[in-house]
Amino acid sequence: MSDARSAILAKLRTNRDAHPVTPPPSDTTVLAEKRWAPEERLPRIRRLMEAVHTEFLEATEADWSVVVREFLVREGAATLLYAPATPDGATLASAFPPSPPRGEGRGEGNLTLVPYDRPVEAFKERLFEGIDAGLTSTLGAIAETGSLILWPSVEEPRLLSLVPHIHVALLRADALYDTFWQAMRDNRWAEGMPTNALLISGPSKTADIEQTLAYGVHGPKRLIVVVIR
Amino acid sequence: MAEHPPQAVNFAAASKAALLDPQLRGNFRRAMDGLMSKRAVQFADAKEWHDMRALAASVRLRTLAKLPELLETLEANCTRNGIQVHWASTTAEANAIVLGIMKRVDAKLAVKGKSMVTEEMHLNAFLEQHGIEALEADLGEYIVQLDGTMPSHIIMPAIHLNTKQIAHLFKRKIKEAESIEDAAYLTDLARRILRKKFMTADVGMSGVNAAVAETGTLCLIENEGNGRMCTTVPPVHIAFMGLEKVVEHLEDVPPVISLLPRSATGQPITTYVNMITSPRKEGELDGPREIHLVILDNGRSSVYADPELRDTLRCIRCGACMNHCPVYTKVGGHAYEAPYPGPIGKILVPQMEGLAKRGEMPHACTMCNACVEICPVRIPIVEIMGRLRVEAVRPGDAVKDAGAQASKAEAMVWKGWAAMNASPTAYKIATMAMSKLGNAAPTGLPLLKEWTSVRAKPRFASRTLHDLAREKGIPDV
Repeated sequence: MSDARSAILAKLRTNRDAHPVTPPPSDTTVLAEKRWAPEERLPRIRRLMEAVHTEFLEATEADWSVVVREFLVREGAATLLYAPATPDGATLASAFPPSPPRGEGRGEGNLTLVPYDRPVEAFKERLFEGIDAGLTSTLGAIAETGSLILWPSVEEPRLLSLVPHIHVALLRADALYDTFWQAMRDNRWAEGMPTNALLISGPSKTADIEQTLAYGVHGPKRLIVVVIR
Repeated sequence: MAEHPPQAVNFAAASKAALLDPQLRGNFRRAMDGLMSKRAVQFADAKEWHDMRALAASVRLRTLAKLPELLETLEANCTRNGIQVHWASTTAEANAIVLGIMKRVDAKLAVKGKSMVTEEMHLNAFLEQHGIEALEADLGEYIVQLDGTMPSHIIMPAIHLNTKQIAHLFKRKIKEAESIEDAAYLTDLARRILRKKFMTADVGMSGVNAAVAETGTLCLIENEGNGRMCTTVPPVHIAFMGLEKVVEHLEDVPPVISLLPRSATGQPITTYVNMITSPRKEGELDGPREIHLVILDNGRSSVYADPELRDTLRCIRCGACMNHCPVYTKVGGHAYEAPYPGPIGKILVPQMEGLAKRGEMPHACTMCNACVEICPVRIPIVEIMGRLRVEAVRPGDAVKDAGAQASKAEAMVWKGWAAMNASPTAYKIATMAMSKLGNAAPTGLPLLKEWTSVRAKPRFASRTLHDLAREKGIPDV
């Protein structure tokens, strides 16, 4: 419909030029002034995210994979989907015994590691119907709103943080920002956005039935943030 | 679409019916009170509210200042990223574009995230005529679609129904539904049904909250995850935006994304902020293979022509104006019979659909200014409302069907009124007559009848104000 394109643009141009708009300058002081002391950021993130039912685990670089494994075993999860080609994926796999039970992935107790290593088309039913939990990294978190920053990649697919009923997200305690605005400026996002970037601030929720908050409508029912110090 | 002489939509009659429905009024009152108090908590810091609002308004005004250029930049960057851009002047053109894509990929089922533009297009009904199922996946939209009605609020589509009504609806329409009047049960049931649909859908559809010209990025915000499902799982994603939704820079997104959910539902942020910049790239394991962006005009370029009416296009669709409107909160969204109800609907829809059909809408307003006080991008809604009332009776070309509401009788009455007030003698005689004979007017007279149906008949004083003032010795000067 290139006719529509040229007609619309020509009309907008004529109409704008007949009555130009002079916008006021965009004063971003209000965003720049949203600052928290470094030690206040994590407690604030935690408070805001817990208010919308996010759960937190504490761990270190040395033990997070064990913390995650033990947590999921305790919660009765049977399958954990992960990104095998990422450094975190390799660390996670090392916390599981190497012999693959049922010939599929590494397992511990009743918990089996499932690698997300093939296109979703080859994997859809399993993904939707046979996976309890998914583990992803994050680029950090935002103090103002209590939000994780996710940056899916070739190695770490998008649906890892969406389809499994439990989303486990790793948060390095030194990657905290004051605002969304600061995170995108500091990291020069505008110079190269990925296929998909996300802020995630809790498990999936809805209030569409009489404003009653219900969790786990389409996305994960639970969001577990593992804080790594 | 062929233009028949448009039939005027009768808001007065529909609102009367709504006012007599205590269930509906109760549902709305409760919901709107809740939304208003939650919003107020978010903006407790008056300076932050003032400054954020000024910033967001400046972002939207900059969009309007550079609209044609930003749309071209957006198109160029989206195209570079692999997103296919389509332009539609009318909703019929937009529907045809969608059908073309659906036919090419042989699609039978589309899952949809919330999109107000597709409501403008009546896309679901259109696709159904062509044998394609378009399933709403936002829980509120899903409920409304099951019920065969329209959304009654742009953010909370099923707010007119309570849990009991929704439980009954599910029981009637869904085979496996049990009679459980519990939001958690109903939500989980919808989850189970819709997950199967996400898995098998051929196409996913979504709206756009902000499209970034600088990077060619489509930003979508939502709480449920259905938006992410629709834009990630099916092999084809079609996104819809009104042409005003573009912003210049990526850094323009945070102020808009901050004010929108805080104004809408009183949340600091939605669960998901989803920024989509390209279809699946080489080596990536999921995401759609194709993304299409449909940019719809549908009257917006005409709204843009008038320097005053143009401000209508600042809107970021938060719905806060509805939540605070004394008319909307009493009659609900359906009474407007329009894709956009409430204050923003009252100024937007008449401009899109014309004043012959929608001439009543700008009058469904008490001009109390509540919407103007809370609008996060400072749209002068009430001034535009006043302007549209004038356009409705003054033939011209500023608005579609301007002058459609002009009435010779009304014009004559006002002419007579002006003449009476311009002549001291006529004025004296008329006021004297009113004070002596006014009370004898029967309540059956055209205007009085309406007024006295719910109110006492006003009584004229036996002496005019002028008369009393003169007696007190106040000089005429």
